[in-house]
Amino acid sequence: MFLIYCPHCEEQREEDEFHASGQAHLARPADPDACSDKEWGEFLYFRKNPRGLHRELWQHTAGCRKYFNIARDTVTYEIHGSYKVGETYEPTFQSHTSEQPGSEQRDFKHHGSEQPSDDTAS
Amino acid sequence: MNNLRTGQFTQRNRLPAGGRINRDEEITFRYNNQYYRGFKGDTLASALIANGVSVVGRSFKYSRPRGIMCAGVEEPNAIMQVGSTEATQTPNVRATEQPLFQGLVSSAVNGWPSVNVDAMSVVGKLGGDVMGPGFYYKTFMYPASMWETYEKFIRKAAGLGRCSTRIDPDRYDHMNHHVDVLVVGAGPAGLMAALAAAGTGARVMLADEQTEVGGSLLFSTQELNGKPGLDWVATACDALDNNANVIRLAHATVTGYHDHNFLTISERRTHHLGDSAPAGQTRERLHKVRAGVVILATGAHERPLVFANNDLPGCMVCSAVSHYIRRYAVVPGGSLVVMTANDSGYQCAFDWFDVGREVTAIVDTRAVAGSDVVEGAKSRGITVIPASAVVEVKGSKRVKRAVVYAISEKGNFVKGDARELDCDTVATSGGWSPAVHLSCHTGSRPVWRDDIIGFVPGATHENRFEVGSVAGEHDLSDALKHAAKIGCQAANKALDAQHANSVAIPQCDAVNSAAPMAIFHIPHPKAPSRAPKQFVDMQNDVTASGIQMSTREGFESIEHVKRYTAMGFGTDQGKTGNVNGMAIVANTLNQTIAETGTTVFRPNYRPVTFGAVAGAHVKELFDPKRFSAMHRWHLDNGAKFETVGQWMRPWYFPRDGENMHDAVNRECLATRNDVGILDASTLGKIDIQGKDTREFLGRVYTNAWAKLAPGRCRYGLMCGEDGMVMDDGVTSCLADNHFLMTTTTGGAANVLNWLEIYHQTEWPEMDVYFNSVTDHWATLSIAGPKSASLLKELCTDIDLSEDSFKFMDWRSGNVAGVPARVYRISFTGEHSFEINVAAHYGLHVWKALFEHGVKYNLTPYGTESMHVLRAEKGFLIVGQDTDGSVTPEDLNHGWAVSYNKPYSFIGKRGMRREDCLRPNRKQLVALATKEPDVVLPEGAQAVRNPRQSIPMTMVGHITSSYYSANLGRSIAMGLIRDGINRMGESVYFPLADGRTIEATIVGTDWFAE
Repeated sequence: MFLIYCPHCEEQREEDEFHASGQAHLARPADPDACSDKEWGEFLYFRKNPRGLHRELWQHTAGCRKYFNIARDTVTYEIHGSYKVGETYEPTFQSHTSEQPGSEQRDFKHHGSEQPSDDTAS
Repeated sequence: MNNLRTGQFTQRNRLPAGGRINRDEEITFRYNNQYYRGFKGDTLASALIANGVSVVGRSFKYSRPRGIMCAGVEEPNAIMQVGSTEATQTPNVRATEQPLFQGLVSSAVNGWPSVNVDAMSVVGKLGGDVMGPGFYYKTFMYPASMWETYEKFIRKAAGLGRCSTRIDPDRYDHMNHHVDVLVVGAGPAGLMAALAAAGTGARVMLADEQTEVGGSLLFSTQELNGKPGLDWVATACDALDNNANVIRLAHATVTGYHDHNFLTISERRTHHLGDSAPAGQTRERLHKVRAGVVILATGAHERPLVFANNDLPGCMVCSAVSHYIRRYAVVPGGSLVVMTANDSGYQCAFDWFDVGREVTAIVDTRAVAGSDVVEGAKSRGITVIPASAVVEVKGSKRVKRAVVYAISEKGNFVKGDARELDCDTVATSGGWSPAVHLSCHTGSRPVWRDDIIGFVPGATHENRFEVGSVAGEHDLSDALKHAAKIGCQAANKALDAQHANSVAIPQCDAVNSAAPMAIFHIPHPKAPSRAPKQFVDMQNDVTASGIQMSTREGFESIEHVKRYTAMGFGTDQGKTGNVNGMAIVANTLNQTIAETGTTVFRPNYRPVTFGAVAGAHVKELFDPKRFSAMHRWHLDNGAKFETVGQWMRPWYFPRDGENMHDAVNRECLATRNDVGILDASTLGKIDIQGKDTREFLGRVYTNAWAKLAPGRCRYGLMCGEDGMVMDDGVTSCLADNHFLMTTTTGGAANVLNWLEIYHQTEWPEMDVYFNSVTDHWATLSIAGPKSASLLKELCTDIDLSEDSFKFMDWRSGNVAGVPARVYRISFTGEHSFEINVAAHYGLHVWKALFEHGVKYNLTPYGTESMHVLRAEKGFLIVGQDTDGSVTPEDLNHGWAVSYNKPYSFIGKRGMRREDCLRPNRKQLVALATKEPDVVLPEGAQAVRNPRQSIPMTMVGHITSSYYSANLGRSIAMGLIRDGINRMGESVYFPLADGRTIEATIVGTDWFAE
């Protein structure tokens, strides 16, 4: 059961108050109609599953109802930081497991032409 | 009960004095249909021992008789069904953990028809040699269709306890805590750490699972400050109890160590008082603790040694023997042989001797023992046989003799000749396994230490320390010093302070001990596969040869061995057997235990009842019910209810003697011919304001919103990014920057989240605000040709004429004297008014409508009639007629999609994908059965040709199906491949009952010309 810092309420609160909403930094393409079916399919369905640092979108559903991002280690479940949507966060800690290539903030326009990367390899 | 045999009222193994029991309070209890007596302070196990009960169960697989082996949570054999009534049955209770109370009723969970005459033992004895590991997997695998038959017999033979079939009469609850330091275990190290932590002013919680605190001091002879150890325990408890910052829990097991230092503690509050909790008390409480720092002082479990027939009743671990003698004043037998690989095993022989019973010999696997214990044996005249081992015990239902051989220095083979010693009890000690379980729960792996011959907790990212035996500190003096230091350090860490340690550390005498020997599996003159069974895990009947066989079969990872043999499953979770099993795997594979590693323990440390897990979250507190403002009227008028989400909605309103079919037919006819009224309050309502609301609606709905004027409403379809229909509803323009969105009853919460996530993550620059107002409004929908006449009687300030108040308009005014918003929207196709008033006026307006409505035959209808009425008009229900793979075009709702909006609305790109544009998709159509009285079952699969061979090619299915009294026939809707282009064609529905129903594809509006 996580203890999560809500950057809007500026408090550590119990996981019960929050709802996980999947991978963070999934920007909706600026011009959806210009996307190929493949690109749109990637935006819709392909998600990262990294071993190590992961960025996730959470909502403080039973609190301020704001969405925000957390940087969480998927191995140790440590949360290294919470930050508001639109902000960036660079971890300054020594992670138990390193951040994987490809788990940086996702820029759809660059990603679109690539094959879905296998983020599970460690 | 008449069939109860006369109990033995003599406690023949009870000592005349001593023990921490209250001899003034005698207790009568029942075990396997016989009455026995014990004392307050006994456990069920100690009371059975007092009465000379040896056999307390039959083993899981081989049905061998089993006796009490341990004295605590780790007990693998004495597993009981407890409960005097059906409602209070509790399965799989460790007799060693169950305090005795007046009237306790218990029975062994295993063994049928009785533990002494067990029908299964024949199978066990005959089948014993062929029932190796994986026996059930190998034997009952084929044919797969027979598994359900096999399973019944296997489960019966397995003989685990049974659950009550009645509702639990007790109450349970949860409690949350936030503490600076949580100390797990109130043995000497835990108490010391708690005292030190509390000394800094930190908020401390100390939890211990036993009925009494003290841990090892409850049975050890070691003195603290020159007095019995328990004197210091009492002083320590007083100090803690007098500190307002300390919470001390007894009979409270920390069962789970979860992420971010969140721990769950299962407190058994009344299990020492009776079957059921006294009035006004909760039986169990689950404490949920968020701790700054956790100190594990969970101690260690003594390992038995593995030898032939080591499961025979009378085989115990050494510390348990001391425990029973010193704490409960019962002696588990008449004559004792001890086998030990360390000094600590000697103590039980001394205790046994000191109460006047015979110690046949102490068999030490080592050549040299510590000087203190050698002196202790010498002064009592107890024979010590060094460098030897009990390789086998003999007996049928109780140990009769121990077979002793000399063994090699490393303990891997026997030497010389056998020596048989008469005895009825064999106590063994292979060393102490730190109780590392909780340390593993968040992913940390235990680390093997050769010096203490055991696993200790590994490194962790949590704020966690360990003190005492769990950290491998088996020397009391060292453990106390370290615990005091860690207690203070932990508090300082939690408080971010630098307090100095202020507590006094009790003094104890140094012990002159010799090194223990790393021996787990005692050699036998025969190979393990030919020797009598040598048990590693008693509860799962896992033997040494079984483990060796599984490694031969290729299961070399300890995790695989565990799953193949079932070692470490069961209520004891391998507390006594796991390390021995790992040692045997390591030895077979010729590697070290450190290389072999350990399995990972997961929550819970001991079984937790469902009652404790549920707490007060039962019935309405688990799944709350939501009621509309008119619910009382619905109840008074005999409504049958349907649950929609958490809402209780009227389903239909039967009159005298009516069944559902009759009631629905009457309600539908009344609505089409006169006027019907529906409580539509449950529809989700979201109030949306802000200057960008219009643009926002245009992005989340598929249709256009730019020109919707105040006073007008519009139906909207909401899709996901994949282009599939997600929700629908009518949104009205209240003012230029103010809209009210309605959603489906079940979709309200999801839609609000959906709006919020897009606003906050994609379009944060938009000026728009959302507020859920579902519960703020009561919605009364009157429909039918007489609805305007009825409303006119109650509403004078709105012009209800068709020319002025058009379809899809809304007006504000007063209805029955209260402010209302009235909408000309319809879900029945009839002339309708949806009256919205503040929720607390709802019942008033509803009643007022009925006062005036009698002359119009105003008829209340429920969700069933609502479904029929909307289906007659072909109105769809999202979630019933759609399933997440349906686009607006598939629903023939292209009219509700505005492809030319400037912003690429949610769903637009998705519904333009190649697959969404292809022909031959399933489309929503209506289906008219050839025989009008036949109602198709919902979910029935359609085929074009019913004479094709099986498996047939299915072309769709029925989504909604009813009998329509208005039309005098059945009506149905379904998703049929290419249905919109195939009007007039027939499809067939082959049903499971052998019938095939033919139906014609028709348009969805049954009233259309």
